Amino acid sequence: MSVDESHGSPRQQTSVRTPLGRVRGLGSSHSGTSDFWRQRITAVAMILLMIPVIVIIMMLLGRNQAGAAQILGSPLVALLLIMFIIASVWHMKIGMQIVLEDYVINEKLKLITIMANNFFSSVVGLASIYAILKLSSGV
Amino acid sequence: MALSIVHRATGVALYLGTALLVWWLIAAASGPTAYAHVQAFTGSIIGRLIAFGYTWALMHHMLSGVRHLVWDIGYGFKPTEREWLTWAALIGGITLTVLLWIVAYMIGGGR
Repeated sequence: MSVDESHGSPRQQTSVRTPLGRVRGLGSSHSGTSDFWRQRITAVAMILLMIPVIVIIMMLLGRNQAGAAQILGSPLVALLLIMFIIASVWHMKIGMQIVLEDYVINEKLKLITIMANNFFSSVVGLASIYAILKLSSGV
Repeated sequence: MALSIVHRATGVALYLGTALLVWWLIAAASGPTAYAHVQAFTGSIIGRLIAFGYTWALMHHMLSGVRHLVWDIGYGFKPTEREWLTWAALIGGITLTVLLWIVAYMIGGGR
């Protein structure tokens, strides 16, 4: 069987759709499998970064602001944390969207909550990175 | 074992908890007064409970996620393997959480 057979057909019936035809709608998120793949990339990135991040948090425990600021602003720590923040914000945005798509039945509410998810994730990511960059600049 | 819903629940908890992590980072960038507020919160009973719960949610979500990654690459589908992976994530998550907190208190983070 050839997936090309579906190309010229003016109407596609659900029962006889080819594999290619089935994914043409790109699923509930309208973005196909790219989110699935990015969710895995960011997950593996966070697993790789988990030990350094835990060490950094342990170093920060019990210190006052001056001590914490010094650690957070050092180049290696700042870089590791920014990488972890990017991976986690991306991961959590995709994860929450999947949860919302699964459980929010009302279509309008779904769009509103998905939009809110994008805003929240963006704010979390930008605010965290801004804080680390500010500490890194030593101001 | 219906642990996939726990994976989602811990994911949602971690998501909401990022608001507190942002508060902490912004406070560190703001100055001593703002940071002292965060430390007063993390030093309180409720703050410690949230931090402990957050540690567990992160460790469990990570191990449970590894389980999903193992399935993604096509392994661990036999009934015994599924059970083993699930229990490993459950027990491993609790063990790692307790270990991390013991280390944290040992290095003086409990002050």
